[in-house]
Amino acid sequence: MTLDEMPARSTTAAAPRRQPLLGLRAQALVQRIIVYALLLSLSVVFLLPFLWMLATSLKQSQEVFSYPPSFWPSSFEWQNYPAGWTILPFTTFLINSLIVTTANVVGNLLSCSLVAFGFARLRARGRDVLFLLLLATLMIPREVTIVPRFLLFSQLGLVNTLWPLVLPAWFGYAFFIFLLRQFFMSIPHELDDAARIDGASTLRILTDIILPLSGPALATVAIFSFIGNWSNLLDPLIYLRSQELYTLALGLNLFRGVNFTAFNLLMAVSIVTLIPVLVVFFLAQKLFVQGVTLTGMGGR
Amino acid sequence: MAAAQPLEHPSARPLGKPRLGPQARREEREFYLFISLWIIGFVLFDAGPILASFAISFTNWTALSDPQLVGLANYQRMLADPLFFTALWNSLYFGVGSVGLGLIVSFLLALLLNQRVWGMSLFRTIFYLPSVVSGIAVAILWIMILHKDFGLINSALAAIGIQGPGWLVEPQWAKPALILMSLWGAGGSMVIYLAGLQSVPQHLYEAAAIDGAGTWGRFWNVTVPLMSPVIFYNLIVGFIASIQGFVLVLIMTNGGPANATLMYGLYLYRVAFQFFQMGYASALAWVLLLVIMLITAAQFYFAKYWVFYEGDLKR
Repeated sequence: MTLDEMPARSTTAAAPRRQPLLGLRAQALVQRIIVYALLLSLSVVFLLPFLWMLATSLKQSQEVFSYPPSFWPSSFEWQNYPAGWTILPFTTFLINSLIVTTANVVGNLLSCSLVAFGFARLRARGRDVLFLLLLATLMIPREVTIVPRFLLFSQLGLVNTLWPLVLPAWFGYAFFIFLLRQFFMSIPHELDDAARIDGASTLRILTDIILPLSGPALATVAIFSFIGNWSNLLDPLIYLRSQELYTLALGLNLFRGVNFTAFNLLMAVSIVTLIPVLVVFFLAQKLFVQGVTLTGMGGR
Repeated sequence: MAAAQPLEHPSARPLGKPRLGPQARREEREFYLFISLWIIGFVLFDAGPILASFAISFTNWTALSDPQLVGLANYQRMLADPLFFTALWNSLYFGVGSVGLGLIVSFLLALLLNQRVWGMSLFRTIFYLPSVVSGIAVAILWIMILHKDFGLINSALAAIGIQGPGWLVEPQWAKPALILMSLWGAGGSMVIYLAGLQSVPQHLYEAAAIDGAGTWGRFWNVTVPLMSPVIFYNLIVGFIASIQGFVLVLIMTNGGPANATLMYGLYLYRVAFQFFQMGYASALAWVLLLVIMLITAAQFYFAKYWVFYEGDLKR
């Protein structure tokens, strides 16, 4: 019954043939109860890791490895948070993360808007082939380009700078271009035509007509870009050497490497790094779902 | 259904005669101007690197010495490299396990949420949330959750009298543990399925019910066929993504125990950035590209037996 994707009312049509043991009303009620029981217990399963993380971050260090393990901390050690934060220069890492993430979000918004507008609004020979090529780049595994990209940036002398983490975002990203294009295409052409008659240039149509109407799509791109870059570990791992350039993710990895047993402090810093992501998620949840359904992709 | 959206311009008029007027020619120039950033990026960061890595795969470049052509030596080495086969097997195991189970879990979650229950958006938020947080904080969290003695899972198992395994330290449990962890993020594809389910036309269910289809019949004959393009899409994208994911493994197990979680990407990363064998790493990358293309092609080939497109009926 749990597989039933239909509301209870439509079981009525099939019911006379089946002669249900319970009355229809009771059957519907039982079904509701099962659904809610499943939803509630699954919610607990999905939320428990977060609660456990919070609980662990507030425990004393010996309590983390006490046996039998306890879920709830015996006393709330709020000083774990400043203590963890100052073990390594996390404030520097935070600033680096903010620089990298902001530069990526701005770069993605600018470059992807331009490119998506071209694909959505301008006709040209070869456009559809190029668009397929663009979508095909989503299928390329990162591993295939990782080595040549590194060699390229090392030829340019940009290894151990923040540039390799920032530059690619300024040249468009297929997933965001696709998302914006889908949105731009839903904006009526009549608006462009009217502006064109008034003598607006193509760029003006983008900046004065399309972009002001695309707030939700742009916000979705900004959010996906923010979250993807905020938690990116691979690129910092490959390109950054000096500790003063480390991002939060890389700093957390360093912390884990040098102080593996201080799980309460590690959890405290981990939670701090997750807070921006959680805040953005809760502020803009609708946009997430919109972005996912607009493109059919989970933002990977 | 979003995956099946048409790629064509909705109001695209045919381009018409090959000879373009000045207006059309100007529009074409502008098109290429607007997408020029992406073209540069495509050449610099996608096409260029792919071709370069093909060329590098025939050299013994170590990033320290000048490259020399070595022909197929890197590919021959691969055939004799047990770690290559281990890594390939591990990645396929993880890919099939996490995508397969992920499909089932996220589809069931979507079906549950599609019941028009009270508080649906709250439940959707709860299931979706874990897929949003990712990266190292989650890896650290799961090291702790999967800990043999102090972890959340084994504590829960102990409470009902089961002695849990050393998830990340016993070779036979390490991959299942990673798959289990990946299921926590099932909410990402759940949202896609939910959107698909909500676009299934009601009248089809009603028609099926009139024809005497029960709950199961309606599910199997209406929901599944109409959702099959979305499922297909998620299988393709999910598999490619799962084959790529090795950063979590790098942090959680670094390939251990006994190479049980040495993923293909992790092995490639090691060869490139710890052993600096750029030639061999490039050969590994190309074989991965071929494997993924083969698997994707196979998925497309078998799709015709089970993926149903509404448009087909109209032909």
